[in-house]
Amino acid sequence: MAAPKKAAASTPQDKPDGGSPPEFTREQELKALRDMLLIRRFEEKAGQLYGMGAIGGFCHLYIGQEAVVVGMQMALKQGDQVITGYRDHGHMLATGMDANGVMAELTGRRGGYSKGKGGSMHMFSKEKHFYGGHGIVGAQVSLGTGLAFANHYRGNDNVSVTYFGDGAANQGQVYESFNMAELWKLPVIFVIENNRYAMGTSVSRASAQQDFSKRGASFNIPGKQVDGMDVRAVKAAGEEAAAWCRAGKGPYILEMQTYRYRGHSMSDPAKYRTREEVEKVRHDQDPIEQVRNRLLAAKVSEQDLKAIDAEVRDIVNASADFAQHDPEPDAAELWTDIYR
Amino acid sequence: MPIQVLMPALSPTMEKGNLAKWLKKEGETIKSGDVIAEIETDKATMEVEATDEGTLGKILIPEGTADVAVNTPIATILADGESAADLAKASAPAKQEKAAESAPPAAAKAEAPQPKAAPAPQAVAEPDPEVPEGTEMVTQTIREALRDAMAEEMRRDPDVFVMGEEVAEYQGAYKVTQGLLQEFGAKRVIDTPITEHGFAGVGVGAAMTGLKPIVEFMTFNFAMQAIDQIINSAAKTLYMSGGQMGCSIVFRGPNGAAARVAAQHSQDYSAWYSNVPGLKVVAPFSAADYKGLLKAAIRDPNPVIFLENEVLYGHTGEVPKLDDFVIPIGKARIVRSGSHVSIISWSNGMTYALRAADELAKDGIEAEVIDLRTLRPMDTETIINSVKKTGRAVTVEEGWAQSGVGAEIAARIMENAFDYLDAPVARVSGKDVPMPYAANLEKLALPSAAEVVEAAKAVCYR
Repeated sequence: MAAPKKAAASTPQDKPDGGSPPEFTREQELKALRDMLLIRRFEEKAGQLYGMGAIGGFCHLYIGQEAVVVGMQMALKQGDQVITGYRDHGHMLATGMDANGVMAELTGRRGGYSKGKGGSMHMFSKEKHFYGGHGIVGAQVSLGTGLAFANHYRGNDNVSVTYFGDGAANQGQVYESFNMAELWKLPVIFVIENNRYAMGTSVSRASAQQDFSKRGASFNIPGKQVDGMDVRAVKAAGEEAAAWCRAGKGPYILEMQTYRYRGHSMSDPAKYRTREEVEKVRHDQDPIEQVRNRLLAAKVSEQDLKAIDAEVRDIVNASADFAQHDPEPDAAELWTDIYR
Repeated sequence: MPIQVLMPALSPTMEKGNLAKWLKKEGETIKSGDVIAEIETDKATMEVEATDEGTLGKILIPEGTADVAVNTPIATILADGESAADLAKASAPAKQEKAAESAPPAAAKAEAPQPKAAPAPQAVAEPDPEVPEGTEMVTQTIREALRDAMAEEMRRDPDVFVMGEEVAEYQGAYKVTQGLLQEFGAKRVIDTPITEHGFAGVGVGAAMTGLKPIVEFMTFNFAMQAIDQIINSAAKTLYMSGGQMGCSIVFRGPNGAAARVAAQHSQDYSAWYSNVPGLKVVAPFSAADYKGLLKAAIRDPNPVIFLENEVLYGHTGEVPKLDDFVIPIGKARIVRSGSHVSIISWSNGMTYALRAADELAKDGIEAEVIDLRTLRPMDTETIINSVKKTGRAVTVEEGWAQSGVGAEIAARIMENAFDYLDAPVARVSGKDVPMPYAANLEKLALPSAAEVVEAAKAVCYR
């Protein structure tokens, strides 16, 4: 076994397409800002509550990756399904799930989306077409392909948006799913969130083919690398992929080049990358700052932006308050929801 | 010396087949590798290739003959220089050669008969409470009962579909899905690539949206590749979602030992799946139960593991001719009543249990034989009521004893009927070894009726 190489320092913003993505309208910029801020502030609060002992177990924060899920959601229509792994709080908020219900699930309370029985990694919402929330790396890829199978079976024009990370992209069932998805022309967008680290293992130390957009090549699935720190680029790529799927052409792969600012989970040794690397991405490419700067350049007032900040903080504070005061599930809940 | 061509075996469990067609006529020249005939069973068709050169001397079994036993001479081949006059000699004990590569050596066959060659006992003393008196019955193979159950449910509910390896165009690796593609089309009868992990996950994902997949595993041995999706995704989602999202799905296919397929194709997973809350586990024995319970499994809103047995597929039984024959999951059935000892089994274990009960009766021991039919939820009440009556119990399973279903039954009896026991519960199980290939060793590795008799006598202190 060769000695592991040091992580290659490619930056997430390498733009394979070149050129700038289509501009957002002011409303779109404001919406993107607000939705990304909600995720950022929510995750920061979750981190605090974890530190206070109010949240237990695993807690995988999405900070840094917000543009991926917010941009994708802006490209979808009502009825499209979303499924992801365990770094899932952002996806839930982006699909419109209630912050109180998500936070209360993190604290294991009865008002949580899963009545406190799922926790950080396992929440679902039929109403918002959010199918979890899965803790086994890569399992959601087959499941998401199954959601697309159901769309195909029913003959509707919904698309399954199946998220997974650069780590999961090496799992065997991902390729079994790619094969079936293309074979049966299933409407599924495989969104590979390449945040450059599978837990603490960098892409260069784990992946023979580091261009994840090519991972479907042997199945003839088209793929595209996207600047996952630019919400506009994400939305544009998402629309392209969704149109492909809705036209009955089968699956599409989007590699979102993004970055996770925080550790893998809460107890992360932070030994596998430098502080400087993290700071550089934060400083140069932060998805929220990009939008904020564009809005300021377009003469949106500081005051308007502060109002958005305030609204988001209110939602997050209320969710934290709810999540700490909502009672734990009744003991009888231990025995419910095993069978229907 | 003329060479006899013998009826070949298409599969390890084949005992007889039909001679569908002769492709060569008497007197025609035959070269090694020529296809001389077609034979078929209820699950497959195969061409018989000559392994010898010469002239087709005499056709001993005309085409269209049904139920020709494996190793029956079906024709003779005359070598160069031999004539029809030599045929008489061939009928005397002569050099026998196999016709097809799949045929087992005749000598081995004679010395070591297939462990399950005998027909299944049909001792059904107790009427089935699920069937109204006077119901017309039809005789069906278990294979047909399964197919009819799926076809009926697919007609009833457009959300039901079947997917798996070779379920469509091949008509099922064991012909269980025969005819379904023709009736329901490729949209609802779906051939998958050989990717158990992936297609099990696709099935579970589809089920999470409300569709009702029947996922066929060619055998449950291959489902080990998919067991993460079965347990982590199918069984746990309802709980993890606080009841919001469940999964109505059936995973079905043959489980346990077939015959002579060795360790990787012979494992019994009864204990594995019945360990998991969130799953229901069904393992029937009779044709009627196969049908009624599969229909119930397809309708069940939960994930159901439906364990079939390849050895039983060709067995026939009486199936009620009812428009909608559904047997509730979770109910055991007393197949034979008795007062001296309770014998508790399921699936092919019932073969040994029922044969043993016949033997025991000759010695004046009346065994009560319980077919569990469902392993989870387990019908503890029926077991306990029986043990309270008999005071003795023997469990019979093809799987391994450690952490097995028999161990679970014994624990439940101990917990619920300790004071009624006149002897410790005895377990008869598969031996604690990977399944060997050799016929004699395989027979030793599996339970036998004799072992059940011995165990029953031991708990009766006889």
